[in-house]
Amino acid sequence: MNFWVNILSAGVSNGTALLFATIGELLAERAGVLNLGVEGMMLMGAVAAYGTAAATGDPWLGLLVGMLAGGILSLLHAFVVISLRADQVVSGLSLTFLGTGLSLVLGEGLASVKGVPTIPTFSLPLLADLPFFGPIFFDTKSVLVYVGYVLIPLMWFYVYRTRSGLHLRAIGEYPAAADSLGINVYALRYFYVFIGGVLAGLAGGAITLSITPGWFSEFTTSGYGWIAIGLVIFAQWDPVRAAFGSYLFGSLRRFTLDVQGVQDVFGIGNPFFFDRNLQFFLEMLPYALTIIVLIIGSRAAIRKRLGAPAALGLPYVRGERGSV
Amino acid sequence: MTKTISALPARKRGFPLPVRVKLEPRLETPRWLPWATTIGSIVIALVFTGLILVYVGGDPIQSFRAIYLAAFGNLGVFSDTLVKATPLILTGLACLLAFRMRLWNIGAEGQFFLGAWGATLIVEAVLGKDASPWLFIPLMMVSGIVFGALWGFIPGFLKARLNVNEIITTLMLNYIAVLFVQFYVFGPWSERGFQLTPAFPRAAWLPRLTDYASVFKPFSGLTVHLGFVFALLAVVGVWYFLNRTRWGYEIRLIGDNPNAARYAGVNIAMLTIVVFMISGGLAGLAGMSEVAGVVHRLQDRISPGYGFTAIIIAWLAKLNPWAVIPVAILFGGLLIGSREIQPSGIARMLQGVLLFTLISSEVLNHYRIKIERAH
Repeated sequence: MNFWVNILSAGVSNGTALLFATIGELLAERAGVLNLGVEGMMLMGAVAAYGTAAATGDPWLGLLVGMLAGGILSLLHAFVVISLRADQVVSGLSLTFLGTGLSLVLGEGLASVKGVPTIPTFSLPLLADLPFFGPIFFDTKSVLVYVGYVLIPLMWFYVYRTRSGLHLRAIGEYPAAADSLGINVYALRYFYVFIGGVLAGLAGGAITLSITPGWFSEFTTSGYGWIAIGLVIFAQWDPVRAAFGSYLFGSLRRFTLDVQGVQDVFGIGNPFFFDRNLQFFLEMLPYALTIIVLIIGSRAAIRKRLGAPAALGLPYVRGERGSV
Repeated sequence: MTKTISALPARKRGFPLPVRVKLEPRLETPRWLPWATTIGSIVIALVFTGLILVYVGGDPIQSFRAIYLAAFGNLGVFSDTLVKATPLILTGLACLLAFRMRLWNIGAEGQFFLGAWGATLIVEAVLGKDASPWLFIPLMMVSGIVFGALWGFIPGFLKARLNVNEIITTLMLNYIAVLFVQFYVFGPWSERGFQLTPAFPRAAWLPRLTDYASVFKPFSGLTVHLGFVFALLAVVGVWYFLNRTRWGYEIRLIGDNPNAARYAGVNIAMLTIVVFMISGGLAGLAGMSEVAGVVHRLQDRISPGYGFTAIIIAWLAKLNPWAVIPVAILFGGLLIGSREIQPSGIARMLQGVLLFTLISSEVLNHYRIKIERAH
């Protein structure tokens, strides 16, 4: 029992970074813009947040700068794909290259910095004493974890129950119709790509200042940005499912570590305990699971005739014939 | 959903700019324009990277000069550049072929690792140490290509049959491939617990120019190996396949207009798998050529991101197989040269900026930018 509680508890903390990145990408994709630069934006956010916190001693300022760094980087993508109508896949990939390279350059020497303050943690009184749920969700969690809890229902309400959310969905499904109703498609797409970048930056900052404090060059994010993009598809562009997926993947990361410490599983010798080399197969799990999750998501999309926002990946050209 | 949108918006919002920028489609593109925009984007990328270098306290002119000299300064270093260009040409072709059909194979890196693993498998588990090079080299090539193609088959099949996004699957398979190789070099194939396999026997090495220094003196020290010839042959092969065969024609048709291809009865699902497997095979051959021609053993650090640089190479070559050669040599030089300067992220950043300026410049080829006063 304790074994699983530990894993789920760590999963909620780890998953918070994924949650921010996934929600950010979800918003951009809902607006019709695919941004494959999440990994790059996360790394930029991570290095900017950690660097600022190291220089000023203020983790909150660091987080803010990290969010801005992610946001500014995303505007580059927004300009290239919304205004210049370039291919969203290639632009997103270049954003990852740029963000990764830039963060490595700016993060030079940052790995050895000691004593960088982190985001404080606290326990919610009463709720933390609940059996099972208390230790998983409310016991000595980073402030950012609670921010995540608030964000999930808020995002659901925003996307499905508000006028702005309706506009968001409209510009991703049928921008020409939205445009004819007076919604500024271009400005809103810029806005949501920017918010996506800000949230990716926040995700990066959450990693370096809270989850696994420190700067470990490109291994800081270890592919989380790409997993987030996979999760958006798995979540069928739904914030609540995105949260579920994020916490699941967060737990998986801890599971691969903890399972190596168990000597017996139901009385049978645990191979991962006795052969350390098998850890490489455990480390494959998140990536393999992302593929499996994608397969599930794609099948569900075919079955329910649901799926990606109709205009995802397509530039909107006002007044052009055949433009969706 | 009970809310309805009112037909008349309350107020039209927009950017309060004094001028309005418009893109007007060009009816025809002047011949010189694509060259001018390509060169322009390279210049802008260099300037931007230079500015970042200044910001972190470096000297950009000195750095770029150091890169140039380290990569193209004399015959010896140029030979090293060609060695780096070899896997880049092959992985660049792998990306090019897939991109031509609008399949985003971002997994050349993983297919490269599987190819390297497949080649090593022959040395470690199939042939004895004293087998002839005539047995070693062809078998290692086949094994490298087959395992690369298998790694390409997975995303191809998932895309063709289940419509699973190939960008994410190929990327995830990259991580899995590296971990797979790590398992072998840390575990079963490890040499005395180090993270590498024992060195291959000489018979499993691809011949290098320097091996013939006793016959022809100037070859001494030149590390270019037979893999470079494979790469050049692959360029011809991919060009022929795309431009002179039926499948190649259909691939280009799908890339240009998938709907027309569907109406014409092209078997898109089958070609998706075929293209992914050829693409993976090319990247696998790159991995084989790298372990057999350069490293002479398997380790987990055989690639400084060849499979990712390949994406930019394919794009910079404008999906033209012949153009891959000079572009790959240029990037090979960048890889060699950037070892000389700090910080180490500069090369990667330059690649990212370059890709950005390139796709932005492509807009100029198709559209005229007009600036007019806002009404």
